[in-house]
Amino acid sequence: MQISRSGAIFLRQIYLLRGSPARILPLFGWVAIDIVLWGFITRYLNSVAQSGFNFVPAILGAVLLWDFFSRVMQGVTTAFFEDVWSRNFLNIFATPLSIWEYLVGLVLSSIFTSSFGLVVMLVLATFGFGLSFFMYGAMLIPFLLVLFAFGIALGIVASAMVLRLGPAAEWFVWPIPALISPFVGVFYPLSVLPVWMQTISRVLPPSYVFENMRKIVSGGSPSPAGLALGAGLVMVYIAAACWYFASVYRRAVRTGLIARYSAESVT
Amino acid sequence: MILGVLEPTSGTIRIRGIDLAKRRAHALQHTNFAAVYAPLPGNLTVSENLRIFGLIYGVKALEERIQTLLGEFDLERFRDTKCGVLSSGEQTRVALAKAMLNSPELLLLDEPTASLDPSVAQEVREKIREFASRGRTGVLWTSHNMYEVQEVCKRVLFLSRGKILLEGDPKTLPQEHGKESLEELFITVAREPLELTRT
Repeated sequence: MQISRSGAIFLRQIYLLRGSPARILPLFGWVAIDIVLWGFITRYLNSVAQSGFNFVPAILGAVLLWDFFSRVMQGVTTAFFEDVWSRNFLNIFATPLSIWEYLVGLVLSSIFTSSFGLVVMLVLATFGFGLSFFMYGAMLIPFLLVLFAFGIALGIVASAMVLRLGPAAEWFVWPIPALISPFVGVFYPLSVLPVWMQTISRVLPPSYVFENMRKIVSGGSPSPAGLALGAGLVMVYIAAACWYFASVYRRAVRTGLIARYSAESVT
Repeated sequence: MILGVLEPTSGTIRIRGIDLAKRRAHALQHTNFAAVYAPLPGNLTVSENLRIFGLIYGVKALEERIQTLLGEFDLERFRDTKCGVLSSGEQTRVALAKAMLNSPELLLLDEPTASLDPSVAQEVREKIREFASRGRTGVLWTSHNMYEVQEVCKRVLFLSRGKILLEGDPKTLPQEHGKESLEELFITVAREPLELTRT
C-alpha cells in the first residue's frame, strides 16, 4: 500500500473544494443551521420546563454529535460521488491504485471535510448557546471516535451500494442517517422504544454513545463497558463495509460494469 | 481487460512478465491509457489532473515531468484551465499527456483520434509516433480508421469475438489477401470472414 496514492484521492478533494464555493458551503452550512435551530429550541425548552433539567447538553449536544456522524458519512460518499459525477471510474480504476488505497483516500477526504463542520458546530454551540463539552469529560473523545468510525463504515457501504446499483442509487444514500436516527436514540432513551426497535438499537454503535451521553447529562456515571461494546461493534462494521465494497468492486470488474458504469446496468 | 477493469473468462494477462490478476498494481505501473470515452475530470484543471494521476502512478520528479508534458503537448497556456472547457482536440492532448506521465512500457490507446478534425488528428498521431520512437514503449492502438492504422502501425490484428482473424504488416496485408487497401480488407473481414480463411 502506497500512501501517496491515497493522498492523490485526498488531494483531488482539496482541489475540488478550492475551485468551487458550492462545495465549501455545504461543509458547514447545514450543520450550522441545525445548531442554531436546535440551540433556540433547547433555550425555549429550558425556559418552559419546570423540572430544571438542562436541555442544552442533552439535545443540542446530541444534535452536534449526530450531525458530526452524518458529515463523516457524507464525507466518504461525496468523495466517492466525485468519481461518479465526473465519470472517472475508468481513469481511476485502470491505474495501480488498489481498492484499499482508494478507500483510505476517501477516509482522508472525510476527515478533512467533517472537521470543518465539527469546528463550526463546536464554536456555534459553545459561544452561541453555552454548551460546555467539559461536561462530557474525557468521554467526548470515545464518543466522537465511535461516531466517526460508524460514519466511515456507513459511507463505505453507501458507496458500494451506488457502485453496485448505478448512479441513480445516490438518492438512497442521503436519507441513511435519518433512517438510522430513530433506532439509536439520538434524542430519547432507548427504553422508550418498542422491544423490536431496541433489538436493532443494540447492534448499532451510536446507541451506546447517546445512552452514555444522557447518563452523564443526568448526573450518572457512564458505562465504559457499554461504550467498549459499541467500539467493538464499530470495528466489525468497518471490516464488513470494506469486505462489501471489495466484493462489489470485484463483481464490477468481473462483469465489466466499471467500464460501462454510467450505463446503469441494474434496472 | 489489459487495464484490469474487466476480468478475462480464461487465460492470463502478463505485462512485462507480471501476472495482472495476481500483482495488479505492479503490472499496471508499467501501463497507461487514453480513450476518447474516458476524458479526465472536467472540474479539475489540466495541471491538477496531471498531478493527481502522477501521484497515483508514482511518477518521480513529478512537477518536472508535468512541465515537460505540458510543453510537449502544447498545453502550457491551459495549465490552469479546467479540462471541461477545453475543445475535443485539447482534451485529447491532455489525455495523452496523462497517458505518458509514467513513461509507460505499454501504452493503450482506444480510438485516440476519434472525433478530432483531420488536422488535429494528424498532430496527435505525430505526437504518439514521436513518443513511441523513443524506443521504450509499445503502443497498442485500437481503431476503426484503417487509413490511420496503415499510416501509424507496424503490425495490425483483426479481432472478432475474441479471436484473431488476421494479423500482419498493415502495409502488405491487403495485397497478401488480394485487396486494394486495409479499409477494403477490414470490410471483407467484417462481412465475410470465411472468405478470407479460404484465401
